[in-house]
Amino acid sequence: MLVGLDVGGTHTDAVLIKDGRVFKKNKVRTNSQDLVATGLNILETLLKDQDLRQVKRIVISTTLSTNAIIEGKTPPVGVIVTSGPGINPENYKIGDSFYAVKGVIDHRGREIVKIDQEEISGICSEIKGKGINNLAVVGKFSPRNPEHEKKIQTIAGSDFTSCSTGHKISGSLNFPRRLTTAYLNAAVHNIHLNFVRSFRFSFDDDIVDIPLYILKADGGTMLIHNSINMPVQTVLSGPAAGVMGIMALCSVDKDAVGLDIGGTTTDISLFADGVPLMEPYGIKIGGHQTLVRALTSRSIGIGGDSLVRLTPDNQLQIGPVRMGPAMAFGGEHPTPTDAAIALSMLESGDKGKAVEAMKSLGEPLGLSPEEMAKKIINQMAAMIYDEIDSLIKEVNQRPVYTIHELLENRQIVPEKLIMIGGPAPFLGPFFAERWSMDYLISPHADVANAIGAAVARTTTTMTSLADTEQGMVTVAEEGYREKIGRDYTIDDLIHLSLKLLRDKAIRMGASEEEIELEIIEKQSFNMVKGFYTCGKNLRIMTQVKPGIIYPIKGEVA
Amino acid sequence: MKTKKKTGLVFFPAFDWAISPTHPEREERLLYTKDQILEEGLMDIEGIIEYKPRIATPKDVERVHFCVPDVDSVCTDSHLVSAGGAMAAADAVMTGEVDNSFALVRPPGHHAMRIVHGARGFCNINIEAIMVEYIRQKYGIRRVAIIDTDCHHGDGTENIYWHDPDTLYISMHQDGRTLYPGTGFPQDLGGPNAYGRTINIPLPPGTSKRGFLYALEEVIMPVIEDFKPELIVNSAGQDNHYSDPITNMNFSAQGYAQLTERLNPHIAVLEGGYSIEGALPYVNMAIILALAGLDYSSVVEPDYDPIHIAQSSQVDEYIKTVSGMIWRSLREKNDGRERLIAGKKIITTERHIYYDTDNIAEKQQEEIMVCDECAGALKIESYGDNYSILAIHSPRYACDKCEKQAFQWFDQADKDKFHHVYLQDQKRDTYQVKA
Repeated sequence: MLVGLDVGGTHTDAVLIKDGRVFKKNKVRTNSQDLVATGLNILETLLKDQDLRQVKRIVISTTLSTNAIIEGKTPPVGVIVTSGPGINPENYKIGDSFYAVKGVIDHRGREIVKIDQEEISGICSEIKGKGINNLAVVGKFSPRNPEHEKKIQTIAGSDFTSCSTGHKISGSLNFPRRLTTAYLNAAVHNIHLNFVRSFRFSFDDDIVDIPLYILKADGGTMLIHNSINMPVQTVLSGPAAGVMGIMALCSVDKDAVGLDIGGTTTDISLFADGVPLMEPYGIKIGGHQTLVRALTSRSIGIGGDSLVRLTPDNQLQIGPVRMGPAMAFGGEHPTPTDAAIALSMLESGDKGKAVEAMKSLGEPLGLSPEEMAKKIINQMAAMIYDEIDSLIKEVNQRPVYTIHELLENRQIVPEKLIMIGGPAPFLGPFFAERWSMDYLISPHADVANAIGAAVARTTTTMTSLADTEQGMVTVAEEGYREKIGRDYTIDDLIHLSLKLLRDKAIRMGASEEEIELEIIEKQSFNMVKGFYTCGKNLRIMTQVKPGIIYPIKGEVA
Repeated sequence: MKTKKKTGLVFFPAFDWAISPTHPEREERLLYTKDQILEEGLMDIEGIIEYKPRIATPKDVERVHFCVPDVDSVCTDSHLVSAGGAMAAADAVMTGEVDNSFALVRPPGHHAMRIVHGARGFCNINIEAIMVEYIRQKYGIRRVAIIDTDCHHGDGTENIYWHDPDTLYISMHQDGRTLYPGTGFPQDLGGPNAYGRTINIPLPPGTSKRGFLYALEEVIMPVIEDFKPELIVNSAGQDNHYSDPITNMNFSAQGYAQLTERLNPHIAVLEGGYSIEGALPYVNMAIILALAGLDYSSVVEPDYDPIHIAQSSQVDEYIKTVSGMIWRSLREKNDGRERLIAGKKIITTERHIYYDTDNIAEKQQEEIMVCDECAGALKIESYGDNYSILAIHSPRYACDKCEKQAFQWFDQADKDKFHHVYLQDQKRDTYQVKA
């Protein structure tokens, strides 16, 4: 048995999967003041009377860290950066304790300027003196050579609760994003640690030792214990849970659009030949560009419970705020769900109240309740469609750097619309018809996210670089840097990278049989000095492929 | 961070294409530049917009060149992508999406002349000329200034625009007596219909920032001001850098940034530059930041040593003298043109062209109609190692007389004498072949 728990902004869902089927599902309102209690309570209900020894794992997707970042409720972080030629790092100043120090590494990972131990010791004392406990240490080109970051971390020593170093965060090049990501990672450290401690503690008390996992924004999982040093990877896992849910419930094999219609927001995802697309660099969290690896997703502030109102100049506005449930369900303000009930698209709730809501909205516009309801649903459909359209255009415009890829010019042309989320069964068919798209409403659409979390595999990535002229191999995320011979080949690098990747995946909680290793980038360049080849520059990126442990059977709605 | 100016960037390193494995024009060329650009997070800065290159069509190429025997035979996809990259950079500016743009593409193009039998100086087709003629055709722009700051004389671009009074071509380069292709001297000022529209500023080896900025300020800027172009294009070669392995100049990243800022081109197109580790990552950063109006003061090469690359006083003097010569020629432009025409209606020129990259020798005999109203009808007999062709060019703004002459040449051409006879009619945007 597998358990998935999705602590969302509005609702918290939990599912129990048994023999590839949804055996039990629960849905409660999220208590935003106490996410741990919400999660533990629903699990208690879900697992009551179950043989807990049969539960192989529990996977949690939570908005806790995301909320802390978006609401700006994070403690201060000390930031130490090394840079070098280029844009002045002061432009990327983040927080009030930002220190640009001596030390330069170039694009090939060569040390150009050494760091100054005394300068760093002084700064560490200063940061500590301000009562700051979490540190972010980031160097320009640190994925090419993490030594400066490692040395600074050593100098900082055990004075700090946590030290987030750039190379561990990501092997991708993008100094400003790495800086921001390390900062955010340090900023949510305490909040996340408290969550992990309280969740585990109160849980372990009652229940036998079930491995606890947490979902990441890339749609993969990791053991919750391993997330303590990398909490930033768990932010914005909600949309990823939805994508994994679609993968588990609907066998996607074509280009498709995934639509997760929620109460407050609708998340859009894309599939190419059934594989969900990844963000090229990382996601944006509360306005910050990061290197957090994530599935491509666009969120639009419109859902079944969005507030519907007229502006002073009588323009119809839907969302982005939510003021409670639909009037048909006892709420105080009209919502798209009321419109759907008024139109009999949904046979539920108090239809009289829904019609009443449409009537009062429609009056100033001279529209009948039915016309008003149609106008709302149409406008909602148009808003979501525009967002889908702009996402597809953006993805199809993503740059490529080889002739081969440019000529191939793979374009995403969605053939199918797949929908999940509470309002999907009644809003979905209408949208699909309006957009003339073939569609599918996922079974268990209301708890698809929790299902996605339950069956998501463990993922991880690794960025490896060998420079045979310098005789060095570097694996950024592992902080690995060793000498190599001049005859080192791309196969040697692949071998090393896959081995480290497999070890890491197991450490993070993958089981042997579910590990599917994949090389996602492989480049080999001859390095030439004068007119002679002096070495090779070998680069590979490997990953444990995001995916599901097994598909979930379910009746198609 | 937000840019002062919106800057479009077409970045296409063509990681799967090389002339040969150890050739300077190889896969690795923009590798470290890409690393630097990615690491700086340039593409995330608000106001810097990345564009995908397009693929130039044979028609785009035939608007400029006579490819022998045809476009497909002389260029590969990579050349079409490189030209298409420049076109995409141009579109971004012309549609008003950005204020300026930079096509960071390879392979380069400024040694490719009007007639193409093969590759010379690593170039097969002239990416700036293809871009400029595309702009003229699509957006109706007429007066264009092309400022070539590559270390090598842009003999291909010069050749293409030699007769065009609507194109100002200025090349600032290491003196041809010391570097490939060995041309580009102050007395070379253009053909009879565009005399003074070509300007060459040969600089001595060892020229540093001071010399480049002097030539820019004293010659290039006033000449541009006088010409009043609708569009300024910069052939932004980066081989004037002190660390370039195949040239002998002392320019720096800071120098390139200042030059770009002052020149303020609408579109910059990468040309040469083969110090792929020590120069390109920094020079490209400097150019992009300068185009975007961002602070570039921290873009300094790790091994930058201003004393080591300082310019000697002899170089100062020499550049001053060259600038003086250019101004004298420009002042006496009318006399110079008279002497060149010497009362003739058609001027015939013979030349030999060597394609160093492909090892092809070509002999040309060119006839240009002397005309006060347009670029003049142009006829070129070209004898390469494998093909003899006749190329006839009727310019975009051809007068009736020249147009009639071009068509007549084409109609009367003895096709048995040549493998191919071509007519390039820029006004109608057509290209005809008689075989």
